[in-house]
Amino acid sequence: MNKSQHKQALLRLGDDALILGQRLGEWCGHAPALEEDIALTNIALDLIGQTQSYLSLAGSLNKNDTQTDDQLAFHRIERDFQNLLLVEQPNGDFGDTIVRQFLFDYYALFRAEHIASQTFDLDAAAIAAKAIKEIRYHADHSSKWVIRLGDGTDESHSRVQKSLEKLWKFTGEMFTVDEIDIAGAASGLLPDLDSIKTKWDSAINAVLKDATLQRPEDGWMQKGGRFGIHTESFGFLLAEMQSLPRAYPDATW
Amino acid sequence: MSDTKNNWPLWEVFIRSKQGLGHKHVGSLHASDAEMAIGNARDVYTRRQEGVSIWVVPAESISASSPKDSEALFDPANDKVYRHPTFFVLPDEVNHM
Repeated sequence: MNKSQHKQALLRLGDDALILGQRLGEWCGHAPALEEDIALTNIALDLIGQTQSYLSLAGSLNKNDTQTDDQLAFHRIERDFQNLLLVEQPNGDFGDTIVRQFLFDYYALFRAEHIASQTFDLDAAAIAAKAIKEIRYHADHSSKWVIRLGDGTDESHSRVQKSLEKLWKFTGEMFTVDEIDIAGAASGLLPDLDSIKTKWDSAINAVLKDATLQRPEDGWMQKGGRFGIHTESFGFLLAEMQSLPRAYPDATW
Repeated sequence: MSDTKNNWPLWEVFIRSKQGLGHKHVGSLHASDAEMAIGNARDVYTRRQEGVSIWVVPAESISASSPKDSEALFDPANDKVYRHPTFFVLPDEVNHM
């Protein structure tokens, strides 16, 4: 894996966490219950922490052109972000947010378990090892909510089933192999996506069964995030996230 | 405060800190079941490394003494010095307790 591919692999890890953290931050002050407000924002902060680590590492790889995590987060344009389309989907209702989290968390967990155990990039391994503890909690939180909502009232069940069907088309991208994944797997840094998919399927299916929810049929899958082609709402997300640093580029805390 | 069917039940939260011996009451929260209550307690009450163990108890399971009974319950102990183990002289061999 060459330096540029290595950097892109790390950017993907950082961008997934950054954009999902940004989306969850939008819930601050608006969640259905005080306790859930704190839970969602805690998850957002965990993700932003992972972002800082991965983006700092990505930015330090090329010694002739280093970038800080802030520069990468706040001064790249849409086409340069490599997050999954799943994580940029709008928050919608609480069910949409929880299902988005649930589908992502198990992918993130199995991916982090691999990265924590590889030796190609020990810095990434350390970041992933710390992230695993956080992600395990996120996955537990989101799957318990999927079960409560799915095996809940008629209304909660039908709403969360709808969320599942709306978001299912974004799950294919998580397991789509491209040049970065091939190079990453060859070097050991990134996992074999087929084996991640197997673990993900079995984790997801177990929860959906307890939740009495119907797993949607695999249809056409949306793709593009991994190579910089994003959905419409991504522009608004970036505008909000980047407007302050772009207006005051020299500002410091 | 009455909990209507639209409110989750109230739970009291007790946390034991790393150095602590017992769980201390730190506050309360609402949750639909015990699992959620523990998760919420973890999110709300252990953000700043406050503890290593959580107990949650439905608030309705807790019985408390009434303030108007405080005099009868607690004042009589004030002047019974013979209940305190202060008059026993420890032998030198164990005098560093």
